[in-house]
Amino acid sequence: MTESIAPSSAAAASSQTDRRKPAQRSRLAAFLDSDLLHSFLASKLVVVAALLTALIFGAALLSPLIAPHDPYDLKSLSLLDADTPPAWLAGGDRNFLLGTDDQGRDILSTILYGTRSSLEIGICSVLLAIILGLSLGLWAGYAGGRIDTAIMRIADVQLTFPAILTALLIDGVAMAILKNHTIEGGKFWILVLAIGLSFWVQYARTVRGVTLVERNKEYVEAARLIGIGPFKIMFQHILPNVLGPVLVIATINLALAIITEATLSFLGVGLPPTEPSLGTMIQVGNKYLFSGSWWMVAFPGVTLALLALAVNLLGDWLRDALNPKLR
Amino acid sequence: MLAFAIRRLFEAALVMVTVALIAFTLFRFVGDPVNQMTGQDTPLEDRLKLRQELGLDDPIAVQFGRFLSGAVRFDFGISYQMKQPVTAIIAERFPATLELALVAALFAVALGIPMGVYTGIHRDSWLAKIFLSVSLVGVSLPTFLIGILLIYVFSVKLGLLPSFGRGDVVQIGFWRTGLLTASGLKALIMPAVTLGLFQMTLVTRLVRSEMLEVLRTDYIKFARARGLPERSINFGHALKNTLVPVITVIGLQLGAIIAFAIITETVFQWPGMGLMFIQAVQNADVPIMAAYLLLVAFLFVLINFLVDIIYVRVDPRIRIYGRAA
Amino acid sequence: MMANGQPLLSVRNLKVAFPTRRATLTAVDGVSFDIAAGEVLGVVGESGAGKSLTGAAVIGLLEPPGRIIGGEVRLRGQRIDNLSKEDMRKVRGKRIGMVFQDPLTSLNPLYRIGDQIVETIRTHLPVSEAQARERAIALLQEVGIQGARERIDSYPHAFSGGMRQRVVLALALCAEPELLIADEPTTALDVSIQAQIITLLKRLCRERGTAVMLITHDMGVIAETADRVAVMYAGRIAEIGPVRDVVQHPHHPYTRGLMGAIPTLGPQATRLVQIPGSMPRLDAIPKGCPFHPRCAFAFDRCRAERPDGMDAGSSKVACWLVAQNAAGAPA
Repeated sequence: MTESIAPSSAAAASSQTDRRKPAQRSRLAAFLDSDLLHSFLASKLVVVAALLTALIFGAALLSPLIAPHDPYDLKSLSLLDADTPPAWLAGGDRNFLLGTDDQGRDILSTILYGTRSSLEIGICSVLLAIILGLSLGLWAGYAGGRIDTAIMRIADVQLTFPAILTALLIDGVAMAILKNHTIEGGKFWILVLAIGLSFWVQYARTVRGVTLVERNKEYVEAARLIGIGPFKIMFQHILPNVLGPVLVIATINLALAIITEATLSFLGVGLPPTEPSLGTMIQVGNKYLFSGSWWMVAFPGVTLALLALAVNLLGDWLRDALNPKLR
Repeated sequence: MLAFAIRRLFEAALVMVTVALIAFTLFRFVGDPVNQMTGQDTPLEDRLKLRQELGLDDPIAVQFGRFLSGAVRFDFGISYQMKQPVTAIIAERFPATLELALVAALFAVALGIPMGVYTGIHRDSWLAKIFLSVSLVGVSLPTFLIGILLIYVFSVKLGLLPSFGRGDVVQIGFWRTGLLTASGLKALIMPAVTLGLFQMTLVTRLVRSEMLEVLRTDYIKFARARGLPERSINFGHALKNTLVPVITVIGLQLGAIIAFAIITETVFQWPGMGLMFIQAVQNADVPIMAAYLLLVAFLFVLINFLVDIIYVRVDPRIRIYGRAA
Repeated sequence: MMANGQPLLSVRNLKVAFPTRRATLTAVDGVSFDIAAGEVLGVVGESGAGKSLTGAAVIGLLEPPGRIIGGEVRLRGQRIDNLSKEDMRKVRGKRIGMVFQDPLTSLNPLYRIGDQIVETIRTHLPVSEAQARERAIALLQEVGIQGARERIDSYPHAFSGGMRQRVVLALALCAEPELLIADEPTTALDVSIQAQIITLLKRLCRERGTAVMLITHDMGVIAETADRVAVMYAGRIAEIGPVRDVVQHPHHPYTRGLMGAIPTLGPQATRLVQIPGSMPRLDAIPKGCPFHPRCAFAFDRCRAERPDGMDAGSSKVACWLVAQNAAGAPA
């Protein structure tokens, strides 16, 4: 390759012109000056996306405090309130800023609570996927041999199917098994299970790759020779190397998990209309699209769209920013 | 080449057997077949007789064997919900989904590749930025939202296109096609766009990133150093090298399209396999779920296999050395 | 040496810079040299000295954001650094050719080598497909590919590294350019192959009267192949002159250090000389002469003023020592 003169990160260069010793410049100063932060701030779009995401997540998490009504409280609903248009239109009610749905639920509150549920499910399922993927990946990479082949075979079989299909299947199976037994809040955990189980594979593969590389390094050999047990080696030595890529996958995964949950709910196999998420709201509201009650679909739809766009933008930027090839 | 094909066939068979096992487990153990087929009042002896008839007390291996032999003959039993043979239901729905999937794939490729090439070559033009924004929207928004949006604009507001169903269909042999009627084609537009949009953006981004990477290679630099015209470089050298890995991805996407059809068919009430599957999940109709699973697995495995064969034929490096240099 | 008194290639005060977030970095800072028709000019220096960039600038293949910010490049008296894209394209391949370092990545893996040669020939010369093909076969034979008529339809991966570099040379020369820029043509090859390729390069260019700008960090190759040599340091030319003179009687302390660093066998074999320190980074180039921090002979003027090429015999040297010696006592 012809020699590249193009200057690499000038961070080290500034330490040559900066008279102080590198150790004395605080890490904060280094971060503020870093290329990562600069590329973040340089793209106004990404900053907007980040702010939007923070706003929506923040509002969702604080929903019990800031929502005007509790949409899950069935007793507080009144059918008389049903089908109210947004407050600024004729027939609107100040009490229900964005209107109500067909059961009399306040759309604004439902959006807040629903986003919260989606977020909770998203985070829990990502955690499940990470735990499962991390463990299996570490095990496969470290143990090698038949265990590795077995785990990777399962991963390959699962990878032939898109995640949505796997999630649907697990959801359907769980519903079939539990048909006659309703568990309190069960749908939540079924969804976490379904979505989490459909996303573990990417973590497992990445972790396995890193584990394979690290396993052959000398410090692991040394540790083994001293007699340190495999678990300790895996967690103390290999795990730190793996966390970086896992984090990147996780951020993108969260967006996918939220959208998957919304899709499942829209298809009618996710959260029920009594405790709706954004997806359920859209499904229910869809039926009223033609009859003119557009607000039932529009507001949750816009919220979901904005959230999806923002998180995707962030994920895209993160992936590009951390990609060593493009630096 | 032959050894390669045989190996792939073996792997494919392995996947199929695994899936069959899962499907069988579903079929046999999730929900009680006897309960599904009888009412609450059926006396116990009749139930026991039914159990015997269905062979539910035979060893598992035997039952699995019976399941497999049935599957190979396309016999998946009776749907719990619809009380009809599963095979008949699938046969009825399959053409609808396949037509939708193929048109969607065509849309995705026909628009995705040119957009990807353009944004790869003219990186900073305003048109490229527009394309990229569209692709970002297409890849972020959930499919059902896009569908609903299209329905709102083109059906509710403009009244141009139908919001559900297939329109008029023409029967050719056992195949019911909507491609030969005006209403059929009109009904196909929005679902195909909805289904294909995500794939289109995927294709655009893939082609673009491959193109950018190819344009950075030494052989492109050398081609420029030889004074080759920019057009030859872009559409001869760069494009050919870009498309080779892209072909495989596009092929694999066909499988994803068939799966995502579930969502699109639900939004547009399109009478295909996807809608059938959703209804089966909602009703815990296990035979249909199991059969759909097997069918989709088979399609995916088949597509993967064909794509691998095509890739080997197209990339000369693999043809001779068995792997990319 | 110069047939009509005019050099084939004339570079004056060439400057190449890279705008970065913090500052504009000048990677080539005022480089001037000539190449006569049929002459081989070696350009030697450490990694990062700016040799490749100079070559890229001459043929107009600088990768953005790098660009020429000063000076001029003339081919047979006509300026080529400010040509339109299309005009420069016509120059490339037809009048100036270039080969790169890595033969394994220089050829498009999906095209047969015959097709690649034929395409290049027909881009620049008005010949038919069949004629171009015959030329290609002859060319392949000339560069030493056995069984050229059969192998012309092979793909690049069917050839070994050395063979591929021969094909690359054939490609670069097939449109009969007047100047060939060879950027580290042998660095990526096995040592045993390197000599073959260099010999081939020499022969091909001599037979065609093609001038060569041979960029390398390998002084041995230069000593064997070049007529004249330019030693580059930190984006500038430290010394330029006939090969014999520069190698045997180097003037610039850097050049002297380089010559001392060449391993020799024989009764005079002494310790390898190491030049202390390293070449400065682009954003920290010292004021005055860029070499002065590492120079054993530096004095005040070196630290303050930047030296330009001064005559020292048949060479030009950018060193205040030369000026001092010329003015005062003999060297």
